[in-house]
Amino acid sequence: MPEAKLTPPGQKKPLWRRIAGHHLFLPLLCLVIVLLSNLIKTPDFFAITIQNGMLRGYVIDVVNRASELVILAVGMTLVTAASGGQDISVGAVMAVSAAVCCQVLSGGEVSVTTFSNPLILAVLAALLASALCGAFNGFLVAKMHIQPMVATLILYTAGRGIAQLVTNGQITYVRVDAYKMWGSALPGLLFPVPVFFAIAVVLIVSLVIKKTALGLYIESVGINGNASRLVGLNGTKIKWITYIICGILAGIAGFVSSARIYSADANNIGLNLEMDAILAVALGGNILGGGKFSLAGSVIGAYTIQALTTTLYAMNVSSDQLPVY
Amino acid sequence: MENKIVLSMQGVCKAFPGVRALQDVSFTLRHGEIHALMGENGAGKSTLIKVLTGVYEMDEGEILLDGHPVSIHSPQQAQTLGISTVYQEITLCPNLTVAENLFIGREPRRAGFIDWQTMNRKSDELLEKLDIHIQPTQQLDTCSIALQQMIAIARAVDMQCQVLILDEPTSSLDDDEVAKLFDLMRRLKEQGVGIIFVTHFLEQVYEVSDRITVLRGGELVGEYNTSELPRLQLVAKMMGKDFDDLAEIKSTRTGNPDTGRPPVVEAKGVGHRGTVKPYDLEVHKGEVIGLTGLLGSGRSELVRTLYGADKADTGTLKIGGKQIKVNTPLDAMKHGLAYLPEDRKNDGIIADLSVRENIILALQAKRGMFKPMSRREMEEFADKYIDMLQIKTASRETPIKSLSGGNQQKVIIARWLLTNPDFLILDEPTRGIDIGTKTEIQKLVLRLADQGMSVAFISSEIEEMLRTCSRMVVMRDGRKVGELSGDDLTQERIMKTIAGGEKAHA
Ligand SMILES: Nc1ncnc2c1ncn2[C@@H]1O[C@H](COP(=O)(O)OP(=O)(O)OP(=O)(O)O)[C@@H](O)[C@H]1O
Ligand SMILES: [Mg+2]
Repeated sequence: MPEAKLTPPGQKKPLWRRIAGHHLFLPLLCLVIVLLSNLIKTPDFFAITIQNGMLRGYVIDVVNRASELVILAVGMTLVTAASGGQDISVGAVMAVSAAVCCQVLSGGEVSVTTFSNPLILAVLAALLASALCGAFNGFLVAKMHIQPMVATLILYTAGRGIAQLVTNGQITYVRVDAYKMWGSALPGLLFPVPVFFAIAVVLIVSLVIKKTALGLYIESVGINGNASRLVGLNGTKIKWITYIICGILAGIAGFVSSARIYSADANNIGLNLEMDAILAVALGGNILGGGKFSLAGSVIGAYTIQALTTTLYAMNVSSDQLPVY
Repeated sequence: MENKIVLSMQGVCKAFPGVRALQDVSFTLRHGEIHALMGENGAGKSTLIKVLTGVYEMDEGEILLDGHPVSIHSPQQAQTLGISTVYQEITLCPNLTVAENLFIGREPRRAGFIDWQTMNRKSDELLEKLDIHIQPTQQLDTCSIALQQMIAIARAVDMQCQVLILDEPTSSLDDDEVAKLFDLMRRLKEQGVGIIFVTHFLEQVYEVSDRITVLRGGELVGEYNTSELPRLQLVAKMMGKDFDDLAEIKSTRTGNPDTGRPPVVEAKGVGHRGTVKPYDLEVHKGEVIGLTGLLGSGRSELVRTLYGADKADTGTLKIGGKQIKVNTPLDAMKHGLAYLPEDRKNDGIIADLSVRENIILALQAKRGMFKPMSRREMEEFADKYIDMLQIKTASRETPIKSLSGGNQQKVIIARWLLTNPDFLILDEPTRGIDIGTKTEIQKLVLRLADQGMSVAFISSEIEEMLRTCSRMVVMRDGRKVGELSGDDLTQERIMKTIAGGEKAHA
């Protein structure tokens, strides 16, 4: 309407219009609404105290718990942008990664109090396993042209079974402090360790996208595959890469998750987290059909979802009822 | 003979962020007239049409249909009001069959179910009537872009309408198809249909239209009777300045390329099953060759095999004297080839990316993922070509999809010029580009050739090719049937060779 006429070429739009038009405006608004409604319900929601050099409070809890989701959401964003579909196997891949990691650490025992193998070896094995899962998904989607949801359904259902196989159907416990520390809060660090994993993943992936042309390639392939091929892009390779990245990130999330409970619980690690990750991508203002994407949006989306989940806990909704919301 | 007014638009205004696309534009259409809507790229023609058909809401103004004010909010509504449209960018569904596309939204039904038999039969009749030779059961994306354009037209004219809008319907048709379309338009005109016709071809305007409305920069310049407006004046009105129309830019080039050195491109027996029969082709440095032939004769398919867009399954290709394997477009690009595809919407633009990103994309892909361009570099390149080709865009960060059709085309041309190729393949490069810029592009091609670039040029306008090419390859039925150069390069000779002389194929 007439507003449009107020903005002839060359003249800047009014500030509030520019803010409202920014692609992160709606995701941030969602987050703020959720946080504010928390404040009404739980007046001390934003209260933060320091104990033993660690921050404590509801907000810190949200930030901590959201770590795995943030990591998954980053991978999911790339996959969505390039292939116009979602990887629903990430929760199961988390379980595979956790199982491999704990199994290597325990050397086959059900419960250990010392590492049987070096931690670094275990982590590498876990990441390799999850990268393989990602590569398998990528093969089906990029090479065989199977719908992403259908292709990743295979690992979605089989992944936890594989994890069970790895742990011989047991829950493997690694009761070693050097393992637990990756999932807990350490004195003097202010934030719990998983938070740093999330930050590191976001920073590294953003950096890779900024320092290479990968971001442009992903968007281009996601928007118009035909045209991208003709300008010399290899759509198959690019989609494949995003699935491998997504798999590796799921592996990192699985490691964090299992360090929290110092065990590999194949049935519960990352359960239903894939749905939250997809939701985070959508809440972040990304189009689920592929194309342009915003990592920042997905990260905000992930924190929003976690804030919402924590809110429901704070309202004393039991965790069994939680899936209803 | 002053006919009754069927449609009138008064004081229409429409603004997009950063652009005033239409300012106080009025337009009148009478029953039984063909009304040409003219203007440069980005003048606002398509926007006016989209406002009329409810694709965009207008900011101000009113529309009167048969004297009654109407407000049109969607293309469906426009259709029920008797306004039938062929948009500039083909809006059919590529994965449906031809028949489905013709009858989508109005499928013949029997007992509630789609009556496929009737639908296919009716499609057959309709296609027959327009002399389009395809199977109604064929999937749409197996048809060439020109055929798709004919199908879109067939769909529009088959609907009962009192206003028919054709936005650059002839941009990829050749003379025969255009003649067929004009026959059809004249028939509809006799039935009292008012037709709005957008084109950049002046000859076509003078051939069929009764009246001309000229827009410039989103404003109305005026409405004229075609018979009273000489060509030169029309061009002057469109551009806002005098312009030596059809300036003879036929190059001084003699068409005697540097044959001493190995040819830049040498194809031997290259072919692709089902589309092009094996052919030989040599292109020398600094040469502009044209590819001509009827629609579907394989001229586009031929260049696609050179570029690796369709992988050739026979023959050998030498570039600069070295034999190479071209499996993907990237291989071809690495050897200095560039290819501007004919289907801008599906093979050219990356709709949601900005003008800047669309311009640098090919060069970036050529450099590789790990050598990203800096923002500064991209902006410099983008600005250079926006300036050079006079691309009308609100800014270099505007998504390419919000540019006018002709300006999108210029962006894609810029993309390939930026890669600085040795051999540039241009498939319908001036499609949808206004006459001023068209001449500029033809001059540019000649200039590039003078600087040593080899160019393959495909156009459905023979005059354009005669002006730029020093040699022409003639195609028929997927086969290379001849080459013409020097004194043989006349319209007449070309037509004869295309038709196959006396012994036309059975
Ligand atoms: N959806 C849109 N968003 C923003 N700007 C737009 C949009 N559509 C058109 N424009 C702008 O409006 C102006 C008029 O565009 P329009 O498509 O009407 O031109 P046109 O006369 O049809 O040109 P052409 O001959 O190239 O098709 C252009 O400057 C274009 O950039
Ligand atoms: Mg247009």
